[in-house]
Amino acid sequence: MSYSSEEFLICVIARLLDDPVVRHVAVGAASPIPGCAALLARELSSGRVRASIIHGNANNPFTDGGRELFDCAGQGRIDVFFLGGAQIDGEANINLVGTGDYPDVKRRFPGSFGSAFMYFVVPKVILFRPEHSRRVFVPKVDFVSAPGVSEPGVTRPGGPKALLTELCLMSFDATARRFRLNSVHPGHTLEEVRDNTGFDFEVPDNVSETPEPESDRLEMLRSRIAGEIGKTYPAFASRVFDEAAA
Amino acid sequence: MSSHPSLGELAAQIDDGALIAVPPEYSFVPMALVRALIARGARDLHVLAVPIGGMAVDMLVGAGCAAVVEAAAVSLGEAGPAPRFTEAVENGRITMRDSTCPAIHTALQASEKGVPFMPLGGVIGSDVIAHRDDWRVIDDPMQKGGGPILLLPAIKPDVAIFHSPMADRDGNVWIGRRRELMTMAHAAKQTFVTVEQITDDDLLADEDTAGSTLPALYVSAVAEAREGCKPLGLTGHYEADRAAIGSYAEAARTEEGFRAYLEQAGLDAPGMAAE
Repeated sequence: MSYSSEEFLICVIARLLDDPVVRHVAVGAASPIPGCAALLARELSSGRVRASIIHGNANNPFTDGGRELFDCAGQGRIDVFFLGGAQIDGEANINLVGTGDYPDVKRRFPGSFGSAFMYFVVPKVILFRPEHSRRVFVPKVDFVSAPGVSEPGVTRPGGPKALLTELCLMSFDATARRFRLNSVHPGHTLEEVRDNTGFDFEVPDNVSETPEPESDRLEMLRSRIAGEIGKTYPAFASRVFDEAAA
Repeated sequence: MSSHPSLGELAAQIDDGALIAVPPEYSFVPMALVRALIARGARDLHVLAVPIGGMAVDMLVGAGCAAVVEAAAVSLGEAGPAPRFTEAVENGRITMRDSTCPAIHTALQASEKGVPFMPLGGVIGSDVIAHRDDWRVIDDPMQKGGGPILLLPAIKPDVAIFHSPMADRDGNVWIGRRRELMTMAHAAKQTFVTVEQITDDDLLADEDTAGSTLPALYVSAVAEAREGCKPLGLTGHYEADRAAIGSYAEAARTEEGFRAYLEQAGLDAPGMAAE
């Protein structure tokens, strides 16, 4: 069964969500791929997994204003959240603010959003950054919007667990302060990952290939999730799923 | 509340240099009032995005109305980066006070409660703290060995502004589930609201609307402004005009393009011309 790169990434994320400790997946604004994965995880779990999409009113359960997502996460009611980064370094520090010597930035990005809080309180933060380049994966971020690890004594039930890009899937070991390569996506190589990553990471003896999407999940995506995500991201839904269905 | 000011009269009541709280793109952004602020040539505003800024913040910055922006982020969302904001920060033309979403909510909640500061979890080790000399990190005073915790000073906006579908004759304003507007109004010294319509119904008399209504107690003035969120959307009333927002994003990539956009909208932006 052929599939798009979006469908591939959705299915990789859905596997990360297939975990009994995951009860509630929240997805921030402008994140259609994680949003599809959260809805797929809900479908696969027959509704056991709750999926909250914080972008418009569809699949958004919050009624107490912008603060409720953060209060909910602070209470430990959110198990998975997604963050990105204009820059991400080898210790999983993320930069959403700008390049250069802050505040005299060379290039300004939108800002840290809620990352400086969510990275601390959500147990399983998935870093999702499709662009895999040395521009993004730098030796050291220019500005720490949110640190990957914290000193002992800092209250931190949450943190980064995985990093998914267009080339590979990595996991993060907070004790070793290091990423570990889990698998390389079909059609790509370890060399390609190394060439496009500006920091050192652990490589297992045998690097596996990221599995392709399961055909039953692709069918579920196209039949049931497409319409559901379309309530939040109509342009994304028609681009990705109408073409897949055609 | 007996008489309703015009948009221009409302804009005239927002002083130069005021700290104004503006809601995020998904929450009742008063674009018509923002245009009226630009038209009146507002200067030196300290714009607080609650907690993320969009087109309103970008236009206020571009038109020379804002000296300071405090936000967790400023972006046009799917239409891309906020071009005038980005240019102004990169060229040091405004002071950017970087924050993070729950810090802005929490600092407003401190004002809501009338306390001088509030603690917030997380954030320790973020460079956001390193560049905020008004924030403090202390050892948890309630629990020995509890670790460091961030304290945020209360934010008390001079003015909160937003646009709602309706207000009643007494000045009670319906906000639905957009309860950050409630927090903004509770925290602010004054709240100016524009609405699609004034209803003859008493919003507090009906249990179905009372719970989603900001009482007139917190509302300083209401002005009617049909389609007051456009080109942004107003949930349940009209969708965001993606094409119009896209045209703005394109035009505002340059100073000249932005100026032409304002002229086309009938705004001469005195703030900008004075530069």
